[in-house]
Amino acid sequence: MKTCLVVDDSSVIRKVARRIIEGFKFAVNEAEDGEKALDACRRQMPDAVLLDWNMPVMDGYEFLKHLRAMPGGASPKVVFCTTENDVAHIARALHAGANEYIMKPFDKEIVEAKFQEVGLI
Amino acid sequence: MTPLDYEYLRKFLKERSGLLLSNDKQYLIESRLLPVARKAGLAAISDLVAKLKAPGAERLAVEVTEAMTTNESFFFRDKVPFDHFRDTMLPKAMALRAKERRLRIWCAAASTGQEPYSLAILLKEAADKLVGWRVEIIGTDLSNEVLEKARAGVYSQFEVQRGLPIQMLVKYFDQSGDIWQIKPEIRAMVQYRPLNLLTDFSSLGTFDIVFCRNVLIYFDQDTKIDVLKRIAKLTVPEGFLVLGAAETVVGLTDAFVPVPDKRGLYQPNTSGKPGLGSIGMPRLAAAAGARA
Repeated sequence: MKTCLVVDDSSVIRKVARRIIEGFKFAVNEAEDGEKALDACRRQMPDAVLLDWNMPVMDGYEFLKHLRAMPGGASPKVVFCTTENDVAHIARALHAGANEYIMKPFDKEIVEAKFQEVGLI
Repeated sequence: MTPLDYEYLRKFLKERSGLLLSNDKQYLIESRLLPVARKAGLAAISDLVAKLKAPGAERLAVEVTEAMTTNESFFFRDKVPFDHFRDTMLPKAMALRAKERRLRIWCAAASTGQEPYSLAILLKEAADKLVGWRVEIIGTDLSNEVLEKARAGVYSQFEVQRGLPIQMLVKYFDQSGDIWQIKPEIRAMVQYRPLNLLTDFSSLGTFDIVFCRNVLIYFDQDTKIDVLKRIAKLTVPEGFLVLGAAETVVGLTDAFVPVPDKRGLYQPNTSGKPGLGSIGMPRLAAAAGARA
């Protein structure tokens, strides 16, 4: 079973995302900030990361840069999922190694489309 | 809405657009036509029907037809037909047209423009191979309202997120807050025209590639056969027809034959032999059983 790490400081968003992604037959883990997400990746590298941008302690952008520099950190498909909905943020994310980008608010169809786009489902 | 009102609307929509409503689509009528009724200052569907029956209701008739035939669309819908376009149809059509360096593509149910713009984006991505080529994309739809939206090329954040890879969004759209507009150079690649598929469309000329997806499903058998035969007359002998995932020519017409291993893709039947059009479902089932 594929694994997905949902990284968001909102427990409500994590819960909604978990429900959607479990529907795609993924095992889902959660982290509430970038630092905790890095710890989770050190323990087990996921197949996918659904990643918020603005979080306390370490934001999603910093997390992504650290992740891509880690051993094995190039492999997870990273899909940003954020309210930072402007081209400048999208360009920065892609440059840092994001594979796809969801602009909040989102629904199941959008997550499904993006996961399909990067070959996760 | 009384049963008589429902029957009137079913007949009205079938005649005007070919739309075939089964006996149980009252909810669809209510959800789509109540806003039209309210906009016209009418309280209920029954009032709308009474107004449609009265003289001088053409404008309302158009609004009712458009409200019932407008369907959801998104960029690169179903993905596979666009892979076929890029990897199979476009190279073959280009080889065929190498001398004229001219291609014509028809999106027969263009709706709000996502399908023709998806094709235009793929053509733009292949621009280095198309230097010196003249490529026309004609998008037609019954509804003037959706064509206006298509021409504007303006989409909500929600609309651009389903099917459109993020790199293409950034590359081919201009952002204004939550609104995304497809860039002028992509918009300029598509011409839109109002067209009812039930009427004569021979004046459109001939096409190398025809996309006619998710519209035949709303027609009855005779209308499907008629539309497919008339599309065949407009498709060049080695051209392509793309139908929706739930649509087929099998059992309907010999004018097209399925392209092996390319689901949803058809070519004009130039063999002079019967295609699969005359094969009925019982024979297909028997053949499947024999193979098993």
